[in-house]
Amino acid sequence: MSEHVLEIKNLTIDYPISIGTVRAVEDVSISLRRGEVLGLVGESGCGKSTLGLSILKLVRPPGRISGGQILYHGRDVAAMPDKEILKLRGQNIAMVFQNPLTSLNPLFRLDRQFLETIRQHDPGVKKEDAISRAEKVLESLGIEKKRLFEYPHQLSGGMRQRIMIGLGLIMDPDVVIADEPTTSLDVIVEAGFIDLLNRLRDQFSLSIILITHNLGLVAEIADRVAVMYAGRIVEVGKADRIYHHPLHPYTQGLIGCVPNIKLDQEELVTMGGNPPDLVNPPHGCRFHPRCPRAMDICRRQAPPLKTHAGGQRAACWLYENKEASA
Amino acid sequence: MVSGAKYSPASFLSRLMKPFITAHKRYGTEWWILIAGALIILFMIYMALFPSTLAPYDPSDQAAGPQLGEPSRAYPMGTDNLSRDVLSRVIHGSRTILGVAFAAAILSSLIGIPLGLLSGFIGGIPDRILSLVMDSVYSFPGLILAIAFAAMLGPGVVNITLAVAVIYIPTYFRLVRGQTLSIKEELYVEAAQAIGARRWTILLKYIFPNVIATVVVVFSLNIADAIMTEAALSYIGLGLPAGIPDWGRDLSMGKKFLPSGVWWMITYPGLMIVILALGFTMLGEGLSEILNPRLLER
Amino acid sequence: MSVLFNVESLTKEFPVHTSLVDMLFAGRHRPVVHAVDDISFEVRKGEVLGLAGESGSGKSTTGRLLLRLIDPTGGRISYHGEDMVRISRRRLEALRARLQIVFQDPNSSLSPRMSVGQAIGHPLKIHGLAAAAGRKERILDLMEKVGLTPAEFLYRKYPHQLSGGQCQRVVLARALVTNPEFIVADEPIAMADVSVRALILELMKQLKAEFDLTYLFITHDLATAKYLCDRIAIMYLGRIVEVGSRDELFSRPHHPYTRALLEAVPVPDPDKRRTAEVVRGEIPSAIEPPAGCHFHPRCKFAMPRCREGRPPLKEVAPDHFSACLLD
Repeated sequence: MSEHVLEIKNLTIDYPISIGTVRAVEDVSISLRRGEVLGLVGESGCGKSTLGLSILKLVRPPGRISGGQILYHGRDVAAMPDKEILKLRGQNIAMVFQNPLTSLNPLFRLDRQFLETIRQHDPGVKKEDAISRAEKVLESLGIEKKRLFEYPHQLSGGMRQRIMIGLGLIMDPDVVIADEPTTSLDVIVEAGFIDLLNRLRDQFSLSIILITHNLGLVAEIADRVAVMYAGRIVEVGKADRIYHHPLHPYTQGLIGCVPNIKLDQEELVTMGGNPPDLVNPPHGCRFHPRCPRAMDICRRQAPPLKTHAGGQRAACWLYENKEASA
Repeated sequence: MVSGAKYSPASFLSRLMKPFITAHKRYGTEWWILIAGALIILFMIYMALFPSTLAPYDPSDQAAGPQLGEPSRAYPMGTDNLSRDVLSRVIHGSRTILGVAFAAAILSSLIGIPLGLLSGFIGGIPDRILSLVMDSVYSFPGLILAIAFAAMLGPGVVNITLAVAVIYIPTYFRLVRGQTLSIKEELYVEAAQAIGARRWTILLKYIFPNVIATVVVVFSLNIADAIMTEAALSYIGLGLPAGIPDWGRDLSMGKKFLPSGVWWMITYPGLMIVILALGFTMLGEGLSEILNPRLLER
Repeated sequence: MSVLFNVESLTKEFPVHTSLVDMLFAGRHRPVVHAVDDISFEVRKGEVLGLAGESGSGKSTTGRLLLRLIDPTGGRISYHGEDMVRISRRRLEALRARLQIVFQDPNSSLSPRMSVGQAIGHPLKIHGLAAAAGRKERILDLMEKVGLTPAEFLYRKYPHQLSGGQCQRVVLARALVTNPEFIVADEPIAMADVSVRALILELMKQLKAEFDLTYLFITHDLATAKYLCDRIAIMYLGRIVEVGSRDELFSRPHHPYTRALLEAVPVPDPDKRRTAEVVRGEIPSAIEPPAGCHFHPRCKFAMPRCREGRPPLKEVAPDHFSACLLD
């Protein structure tokens, strides 16, 4: 029994549109261990959200998984029939989205939303049992029980986001996928939210995939970080390796372009060029048009993800012939 | 001097078709609907402007052929009770109906659009009053109102045009006012304020151009509606003097002879009304799809 | 060092739309949102003054008030000594050539029906600067300066054909075309991609040096404020709670809210993870804010005095002011 809760192997997701096909995710292989927080970072269009959605087969048609496997405890989600996926959603794998106001039904009181969620997976449950479960979850979230009798609009943004987590956790999943969960939150509430995720991870042995473009956020909580660009994973490794010894030029640019409140920065790193066209992506390494160290081979061939010291993997021709030093 | 190979008819044709093919790729079926609608309209306009080039007979010629003659080679749409060629009447009739519909649509838009813009932009009590008036007119069944106006104004092409125009003013007013109200809140309007633009400039340069796109679509659909209204008015005998060939009146006349088995007098004018209205509807629908910003534009 | 803007007791209240029933029973006591509550500060020539705070702090409203895009409920604003509140519409419109604003959403800031060239050139037309002939050249030149290249090509493009970063550059060019003295930047990078943010920040630095600009930089991100700003004012629920130079504020923050904020900012460095507990509670309603010091319900140093009356901004270090009763 592997300790990998989730194993994604060579996943490819395409979106056919009128002017061509967008390859949103290409040949992505990544795994999630029990109890770990994996940060999936990248800018808009890099495919991180699509990847997250695909784990629960929530990719909207015409988008489709055109290759690869998504193994949850060894079972391939990509090949699962719809009935089984429905069981998985919310029960084993929970997803938290960006905007809790639109993710929660504004017409239903919170207790009803919890009740419905529980009933979805456990149809015979008694109302009192369901409510007491909801109350327990709210307790671990730091929310008073009486808020169960309120409507979403009566809660603040931070609380709504906590309720979203609550709904996700009510069935005791072991994986939580959070897609930009704090974008709509203020700084202080965001920090509290991260603390909450940490606590919950310890309390419920959760594995969390945090999808975000916020590098500060990821550094606060992630154990491992995967960086995506134009649908591919360009680098993945332990958080401190990625932040202190980024190998891929894109990662280096990304880390260097973010203002750091603890540093005295003279100038931020700027990456020239434009975001890649996903319908006609650049040949070879997708980043080569913007890479300050692009070589001839980068234009012709896409570099594979190569493992370096400390388990860090990077897809860059710069390290082809030499191992990246520790 | 250019070589003949470069300018062969085949390559010329393919170059001509290129923008159409690109448009199809981009817009799909909507593009062809738009083209179909446009072709129908263009044909009808030609018919209205140069009827004599198409019509074999004078529409008022009461000795063109047999009385109530069935459609035949010589008279493809048959002849009516006054021995007039139906085809020629249909061709000539396009001018009236198209003319009235166009004129009515233009008139109502010329009144409705500026009123809507000003009302939405200025707001306050004048806006409230005007909206109330417009809503009242709008909620009245259009055709009945048109009939009332036509009856009041009396016969004549101008009066019919006015009657039809009046009922559509609220349509433009409401549309434009609604758009103005929402665009007024857009960030670029505030930005225009910030660069020092005066209120008139903001209205004309920032609000109006962004409103006009929807208006174009409505204009086309409006003409389709106006065609039906005009036909209905002349069907019940209001408005146009006897001499002018008109589909609506011919329709009404044809109805009388239908029981005796004379189907061609009513069918062909009716068919033309439908086709013309369809043409404008297709144009409008096609335009609507295309003018709306599409999601994957870039 | 000259002062560009002098703001005294600036206040802005927004009426709250309530139901008819509520209005009947509320009587004279109509609820209002105290967006900006009696604030005073100055903007010095050549500086980047940061206005930082979370939602509901009033920072965006302050920016708009300064430019008179909205009318204050009370207070005085003077620009180079000139009264900006009781100013004629004509004079205000003329002044707009000198005072500009860049908004958060670049795409929405541009009319979808105006090309890049038209958008950037419009302020020139309005203020009658540059004859029609020289106008295009001026615009192209500016486009090059903000990195909108190839300029001739992009001149004819429309906003929906441009990326977010490009749109923001167009907005910047439009703001600069009349040679302004002062620009309010209201969260100009919040909606941009991470790498584009750095580009825009660097561009803003460059433009400031080249055009001798003064910025009011409104943001919720203190890390960005630290990078760009010379002085920073922290706002909470409509009030300025602390203001000081960048170095002072970040090395010796005084107000408990400032300290809480600084603690909470995520650091892109796994070695520097936050250890302290985050301050409890959430931002209260701006319609009925807590009495006295707005922050006292959440403050761990709160004393009974904090509930009575508003703490004034007092000088805790040279040119460093804090609205807290603590020493």
